[in-house]
Amino acid sequence: MTEARTDKAPLPVAAEAAPAAAAAAAAGHEAGAHWGHERLLSAATFALFVWLAVSLVRLPGFDHGTVTLWLRQPLAAVPMLLLVAITFKHLALGLIVVVEDYVHEAGARLAWLALIKFAAAFAAALALFCVLKTALGASAG
Amino acid sequence: MTRNPSRPLSPHLTIWKWGPHMAVSILHRITGAGLALVGGAVFVWWLYAAAQGVESYAYFAGWATWKWALIVWIGLSWAFFQHLLSGLRHFVMDVGAGYALPVNKFWAWATIILALLLTALLWAYILYWRLAA
Repeated sequence: MTEARTDKAPLPVAAEAAPAAAAAAAAGHEAGAHWGHERLLSAATFALFVWLAVSLVRLPGFDHGTVTLWLRQPLAAVPMLLLVAITFKHLALGLIVVVEDYVHEAGARLAWLALIKFAAAFAAALALFCVLKTALGASAG
Repeated sequence: MTRNPSRPLSPHLTIWKWGPHMAVSILHRITGAGLALVGGAVFVWWLYAAAQGVESYAYFAGWATWKWALIVWIGLSWAFFQHLLSGLRHFVMDVGAGYALPVNKFWAWATIILALLLTALLWAYILYWRLAA
């Protein structure tokens, strides 16, 4: 038996290792799906920010009363909830790419990636809760 | 030694020429990071202040209308337009179009100039038409 592998001599894969091999094969497919998912997220972020920009320009003012009255409308609150959820996902993925490209030390990279994911999740949850509180809560005095 | 200037330079480690496509690439990242960190924080603060009530909102509005905050607003709006336009350029390139050098350079410059133009138009609208009315 030669040490050099040829294409005709596949690695001896034990029966219990097969799921791991299948997962590795699927990872190649997942990278493509991830790429597509990122683009879809970007397109959604674009559409929702066009909505937000148009909505803000159309608002008669930016005082508390005007803003809360606007966010109480279903067709303002729902796009805003979507915008928060999608934008913070888009934002986290973008920051993750930047860290992956520029932070090379394993420990520091792990710390930055964890910080981005936790902070983005917290900020998104806080923003979602605040939109819901404004939209559904009793009229603030 | 003469070089055909219409041919690209090979990006060999340290031998490369700065071009608009590189500028836009790095601008996309810088504006993205800026929007994420500064824009994200201001956006959540705004929604939080609105949810908390009149007093909390007045505190936010006080900071938002501070004269030096204008630098942040103008900066964020420019970053928004730049990231949006270079993002759209990425969509075009993702489908495999716009890689020919002259086309690529043209649209790289176009995103930079259009972003500055849109920022100027937005603030002209806000400062002259909106506030004067």
